[in-house]
Amino acid sequence: MTIPVEKAKWMYETMAKIRYFEDEMEKAYGEGKSPVFNIGAGPVPGEMHLATGQEPAAVGICAHLTAEDTVTSPHRPHHHAIAKNVDLNKMTAEIFGKATGLSKGKGGHMHLFDPAVKFSCGGIVGAGIPHAVGAALAAQMKNKDWVAVAFIGEGAANQGSFHESLNMAGLWKLPLIIVVENNEYGISVSKKASTAIESNDKRAAAYSNVAGAYVKDNDPEEMYRVSEEAVRRARSGEGPTIIEIETYRYLGHFQGDPELYREQSEVPSLREKDPILKWKNELIEKFSVPVQEIQEMENRARQAVDDAYRFARESEEPVLSSALEDVFI
Amino acid sequence: MTTTKQRMLTGNKAMAEAIAIEMERNPDVFVLGEDVGKYGGIFGSTQGLIDRFGEKRVIDTPISETAFIGAAIGAAAEGMRPIVELMFVDFFGVCMDQIYNHMAKIPYMSGGNVKLPMVLMTAVGGGYSDAAQHSQTLYATFAHLPGMKVVAPSTPYDLKGMMASAIRDDNPVVFMFHKSLQGLGWMDPLDAAVGEVPEGEYTVPLGKAKVVREGKDVTIVGLQMTMHYALEAAAKLQEEGIEAEVIDLRSLAPLDRDTIIESVKKTHRLVVVDEDYLSYGMTAEVSASVAESALYELEAPIRRIAIPDVPIPYNRKLEQYVLPGAQRIYDEVIQLMNE
Ligand SMILES: Cc1ncc(C[n+]2csc(CCOP(=O)(O)OP(=O)(O)O)c2C)c(N)n1
Ligand SMILES: [Mg+2]
Repeated sequence: MTIPVEKAKWMYETMAKIRYFEDEMEKAYGEGKSPVFNIGAGPVPGEMHLATGQEPAAVGICAHLTAEDTVTSPHRPHHHAIAKNVDLNKMTAEIFGKATGLSKGKGGHMHLFDPAVKFSCGGIVGAGIPHAVGAALAAQMKNKDWVAVAFIGEGAANQGSFHESLNMAGLWKLPLIIVVENNEYGISVSKKASTAIESNDKRAAAYSNVAGAYVKDNDPEEMYRVSEEAVRRARSGEGPTIIEIETYRYLGHFQGDPELYREQSEVPSLREKDPILKWKNELIEKFSVPVQEIQEMENRARQAVDDAYRFARESEEPVLSSALEDVFI
Repeated sequence: MTTTKQRMLTGNKAMAEAIAIEMERNPDVFVLGEDVGKYGGIFGSTQGLIDRFGEKRVIDTPISETAFIGAAIGAAAEGMRPIVELMFVDFFGVCMDQIYNHMAKIPYMSGGNVKLPMVLMTAVGGGYSDAAQHSQTLYATFAHLPGMKVVAPSTPYDLKGMMASAIRDDNPVVFMFHKSLQGLGWMDPLDAAVGEVPEGEYTVPLGKAKVVREGKDVTIVGLQMTMHYALEAAAKLQEEGIEAEVIDLRSLAPLDRDTIIESVKKTHRLVVVDEDYLSYGMTAEVSASVAESALYELEAPIRRIAIPDVPIPYNRKLEQYVLPGAQRIYDEVIQLMNE
């Protein structure tokens, strides 16, 4: 099974876009927060969970999805949102709290909703999984071949909602895919210290009709392949799949995390294996994409990100009275 | 001449110190929750404990609130004295069945035969743009349900003393600490988050409010941040010749109605301020209590300041718009005095 070159290129350009976006967000979030870090200060206040290094999980599966398919995402949502084609300008404006944002500045970075591409996320660990179950159930009831993908961290697999959802989805053979991004930590607690199973794809064995697959070493290609099969299974009514991908969290759990719980030497060795650089080499060597074309893709990605940040920064703040609207529609 | 130097501590250190003293006193006391070990609690409530007591008594749990809060209940029924942390109160939704159907009701349903001497500690409050799922206080959501004491101390002194009382109490206690009053290096530095804390053991009783500023013209009732805002407003009101009495509620359940009513009998005016939703909340409970017991003492209608029944918005200005603050209290009191 080889990856069509168009998909391989899309994955590269999208990963590049995600990386630019997160690097830019790291800077924007830091504005107004030095020399003394203050979580409430600067143009982007509040908690900030970045996904730098975790790009393959998002693009490997979203390469198989359309706007009709649903994605739910947790507190670390930017890579999923970008791979699912969420409006980048409105998403960035939302994170800056602007009136032009996806939610008019009321949601923020952990609460991005773009119904146009069926994307949502939230700040409660494990909460998105049942929503994906519901989307999958709706697809089944409407006789559509839509699938629903719930992205979670490995820590969320210890939440009851994970197990309850899998039982229901297995029972009803729902078109559900759970992508577990194993970045080795749930805040400060290592996977080893929190999880009584080697990898979460193995939990598939506990339920009928659920398949499991594991992707090693943050590999975009393997993620693409495994996802292809999971999406095929889902669309053809064979039931859910759990995919666990070994991925890497380059940054702290949130920006400002003192990270006293991990060796700081851990991160450079992770960055050495950077999946985007690896994928770039693959594009050149395996897919014979000319270097100049890669350059163009990078420029386009960069431009989209720059445009989005400009749009966000130049947008208006919401009017105060808007705080009282949208409780009921 | 001898000078006694005051020992100043942040809120989080005061709390952690109380827990350490109680763990020292009683081997049945232990801590469990997410990131309570090496991290020391996201809001510093367990700072230093793992180094002192080891990972057998300071247990990092998986992200499984139903299971670990339920487990605290089970361990408490066996005579242990667990202190279990729910990282943000907002996450209560995941595990509320264990909290209110079990922790709060088992002592009563068992006719008093099963004791649950446990503390559920949890971080509350907003003001730093953490948005709708990480900024609530939910004081009333918990205080509404019978069977658990619900406390929310406002100063480092009370955080330590009330934590000690909570651990020694044979009833389940929900111990709410305000993020902004923990004195954490990564939040707004507030003077109120640092205070004098004596070394060694002491307790502060649960269920007792405190008059933190005496005055004759108006009573302002608040707790945690709203109490500090009330003090700020009171200082400004003094410049206008208005003497406000400020009550720090400290406990939501049991609620110390006597202290409030005593004060209203003196001032004849009442403003209640809450960093929780307006309807069906603490402001309503306090107002109703005064209306029931001291209606004819009032010279003007009661004023309530709280979040206007909307989820907490992310945008900083919108959030500040819905949260109570010192200016809002000042304005309301000025209007009230002119009624
Ligand atoms: C129900 C609930 N419990 C706890 C938290 C606090 N919390 C936020 S993220 C997180 C760790 C999540 O770890 P993981 O699922 O591995 O995702 P990662 O952060 O590694 O991407 C925790 C404990 C929460 N938001 N919701
Ligand atoms: Mg993780």
